[in-house]
Amino acid sequence: MSNKYIGQSIKRVEDKRFITGKGRYTDDIQLPGMLYAHILRSPYAHARIISIDTTAASKMKGVVKIYTGKDYEAVNGVPCGWQVNFKDGTTMREPKHPLLVTDIARHVGDGIALVVATDKYLACDAAEEIKINWEVLPSVTNAMEAMKPGAPIVHAEYADNRAFDWQIGNPKEEVDAAMASAHHITKLDFVNNRLAPNAIEPRSYIGHYDPVYEKYTLYTSTQNPHLIRLLMCAFVLGIPEHKVRVVGPDVGGGFGSKIYHYTEEALVTLAAKDLGKPVKWTSDRSEAFLSDAHGRDHISTAEMGFDKNGLIVGLRIKTFANLGAYLSTFSTCVPTYLHGTLLQGLYTTPKIHLDMTCVFTNTVAVDAYRGAGRPEATYLLERLIEVGAHEMGIDPTDLRFKNFIPPFDGVTQPGYQTQVALQYDSGNYAPVLQRGMEMLGYENFKKEQAESRKTNKLLGVGFSTYIEACGIAPSAVVGSLGARAGLFESAQVRVQPTGKVSVFTGSHSHGQGHETTFAQVVADKLGIPLADVDIVHGDSDTVAFGMGTYGSRSLAVGGSAIVKSIEKVLEKGAKIAAHKLECLVDDLEYAEGKWTIKGTDKSISFADVSLTAYVPHVYPPNLEPGLDFSSFYDPTNFTYPFGCHICVVEVDADTGKVTIKRMIAVDDVGNVINPMIVDGQIHGGLAQGIGQALLEGVNYDSDGALQNGSYMDYAMPRADDFPMFETDRKTTPCPHNPLGVKGAGEAGAIGSTPAVVNAVMNALWHKGVRDLSMPMTPESVWRAMNKK
Amino acid sequence: MLPSSIEYYKASSVADAVGKLKANPDAKILAGGHSLIPVLKLRLNNPSMLIDLGGINSLSGISEENGYIQIGSMTTHFDLASSAIVKSKIPIFAEVAETIGDIQIRNMGTIGGSIAHADPSADWPVALLVTDSVVVTNERQIPAADFFTGFFSTALNEGEIVTGISVPIPANGTKMTYKKYPQPASRFAIAGCGVAINSINGNVSSARVAFTGVSNGPYRDTAVETALLDGADADTASKLAAENVYIREDHYASPEYRKEMAKVFARKALEVVLG
Repeated sequence: MSNKYIGQSIKRVEDKRFITGKGRYTDDIQLPGMLYAHILRSPYAHARIISIDTTAASKMKGVVKIYTGKDYEAVNGVPCGWQVNFKDGTTMREPKHPLLVTDIARHVGDGIALVVATDKYLACDAAEEIKINWEVLPSVTNAMEAMKPGAPIVHAEYADNRAFDWQIGNPKEEVDAAMASAHHITKLDFVNNRLAPNAIEPRSYIGHYDPVYEKYTLYTSTQNPHLIRLLMCAFVLGIPEHKVRVVGPDVGGGFGSKIYHYTEEALVTLAAKDLGKPVKWTSDRSEAFLSDAHGRDHISTAEMGFDKNGLIVGLRIKTFANLGAYLSTFSTCVPTYLHGTLLQGLYTTPKIHLDMTCVFTNTVAVDAYRGAGRPEATYLLERLIEVGAHEMGIDPTDLRFKNFIPPFDGVTQPGYQTQVALQYDSGNYAPVLQRGMEMLGYENFKKEQAESRKTNKLLGVGFSTYIEACGIAPSAVVGSLGARAGLFESAQVRVQPTGKVSVFTGSHSHGQGHETTFAQVVADKLGIPLADVDIVHGDSDTVAFGMGTYGSRSLAVGGSAIVKSIEKVLEKGAKIAAHKLECLVDDLEYAEGKWTIKGTDKSISFADVSLTAYVPHVYPPNLEPGLDFSSFYDPTNFTYPFGCHICVVEVDADTGKVTIKRMIAVDDVGNVINPMIVDGQIHGGLAQGIGQALLEGVNYDSDGALQNGSYMDYAMPRADDFPMFETDRKTTPCPHNPLGVKGAGEAGAIGSTPAVVNAVMNALWHKGVRDLSMPMTPESVWRAMNKK
Repeated sequence: MLPSSIEYYKASSVADAVGKLKANPDAKILAGGHSLIPVLKLRLNNPSMLIDLGGINSLSGISEENGYIQIGSMTTHFDLASSAIVKSKIPIFAEVAETIGDIQIRNMGTIGGSIAHADPSADWPVALLVTDSVVVTNERQIPAADFFTGFFSTALNEGEIVTGISVPIPANGTKMTYKKYPQPASRFAIAGCGVAINSINGNVSSARVAFTGVSNGPYRDTAVETALLDGADADTASKLAAENVYIREDHYASPEYRKEMAKVFARKALEVVLG
């Protein structure tokens, strides 16, 4: 052990290659003889292919082969990784998601043909010459519209567009009774706007087949190489896993969109074998808007009931969640088990009921996007409580303090059992709000706001206190909830003969800085220099197994697996050390990279023990040589980070434009290994959360075409849209993992969005503004202010 | 997002470029390319040839001649934003240049490329209109007011290339400014208003008010100008803006909102020059 690195803002070791432009992404990889694929995509939201003619295109310069849906009729579709059942217990509807459309395209961007050529430009040229005779069918893109009688049916084999319906919480009649007893009910209609994920690196895949060793390799911009291998081999292609290597090299951001197994991964893999040459496909930005799984897209009516003292007595929600045309890998669990289970929030609400309908529409799939279900839950709760406070004339911070779950540490006190299945591990919620108010200077703000009203300046403050379930999670629990995979993590700690350490982790870094954070843990736990630790990830041939990175799980689950392996290394190392020092293991203590006989200066270094393990001339009997351990860690619970986000805005009375004056975030993510990296994660999350509130939103026109599928139209947040963020932390360690960490990747995107909307509402409440929809574009705010 | 195959030709002189353009009527002039290249990548236009003016040094630069500031058509937005002559003699050109795109775009994009493209939300036309600038081509001189003829359209003939802009140096005491309301994604103008006024003894003696982003092309708003000459204040005059003109709409701003923003940004601009 040492205390040199944990808790320190060590600069990221991976940044040298990234900031010098030397990162090695999938599209940077050039294999000999490689061919290039282009995918012709449907221009229609819903249309039948009457005929398709590739004759002319096949004769174009450089074209090697053109595949259409007919070539894959015998191949399975890409699977959904999580089974959710209807309320009545019947299995969800799971239409085939074919690698290419055979007869009916079901969203703009649905894959129609794969053109493989010697050059990507030539492939693109040839795709333009494919002749398709279409019959355009009526389409629907909005989940609520899709459930109306007479709506176009996305999959004709079903009677309506439901993928499934679902509920969670207390029995509906109990919640209805609680609501009937309420002194005040706040009721709101919500749209949680649909977002395009927009990772900076578009998706890119290379398929490769080696006929000598009969082995496939897939290079893929993924968040979880092993999961892709499992899904592609076992569910789609039926090829044996031990003959497939999946490599996720440097990956430029995911935000959820690179978790899923996409059709293109299977397409390049099959084409590589068929053509005997490597085949690369790289999405362009326009294609990313059309083919990456989107996020959010809920339409809800939600009610929160309060008694005369302001205590919440009930919560009743009806939501339509848009899943798109096909079920993406985790699409079904996001609006259900990652959303409904968070509706307790931080409050003691005794009765909760969510009625959820998940709906097919003629849009690209919707799946997890930073926060995944938890931002949607937080948005409902934090908007309702803030509107309720304004309606009842209670200060929104007072209303929260009144309703907070009392503190519990999960060690001497039990975890908190919610009404929606989860048991929170540990929590102490009031301090994050208190600290946020202190940073804000709430009393001064109120004076400033009152003053500003005199000059018609529209200042507002909005609060949000959130909780999330991260570190997903216990395999037995998720299995009982329908997951078709386990959710553990693996780690191998291989001590080299000279005492240098290679760590093989099943977590996957695509911006999170694992090569630094994980190395800090390893270096301190072993008491060795950071530079002696190498973190290896992203290759199924070198890493034993992995479930990848999403749901803020890497340090809590993957980091814990590493700690378990380190413990095994130290346990064996102590036996070797005791033998060399001619003492008992119990006589030894380990610190600063050496074993010392307690009370003496006799010691042996980690490097000497390592060398002995591989050169076992003087060695304990009955002990295997080597110092190399693997572990699989399956946690006992989710982790539950929480926090308070506060936003101060000024609304321009002329234009409706919202300017963020201050953004305060006090997060409790458990123990922190690298504060700088955690701050970076919080900052990025805040940017995305604010982006959802003010700027981002996917628009479809009445024909189901994407209206804003480029950066000329889709407003991504930029640095000049924000003030400097003010962050602080509280620390309630996770009681059930060895590092006490909870996860920080999504917090920023979960808490911030309602804080921004609440702030705008607060700025405009005195003008009678009640209804605000995201993104709060200047025109929408201007209309709300001017009742237009 | 991959363009089809295009022949690239780097012109050595204006005459060379014009010759190539006349021989290849569907060729496009490349003058920075920050609007043209995206169009090619989206395959919205498939010219057979790009004629690059980037190698013609005589087309870049800013100079003062006989009461005019002469701006070469290939002068970048950045050069205009940072030019000492521009800042002191025709400051609205520096002000406008600063609002265009981002630093990369300002370093590559050119004033000639922008005005020839004639995006209805582009910033430069406003500066040209309120200064009574003249567009210089290989054939003739065209007053700015006649140059912009509508939605992505100009008075340029086939085979005609913009070689420069001739800006009359405004009289001493001319006050001018540009106020722009950018769309958050593209940062093009939802509404942009440029004004230039002269006053004698506190009375407005000349007024030019131009808008971009509001209609299907840039235009001078004579109603506002007349009101200013009649002594209207910023608030009163700005309320007359964008009436009796076609108002654009897109997914980001409705005509009703856009019209209101024209008035708001007219007021902001007028408050600067009248204040």
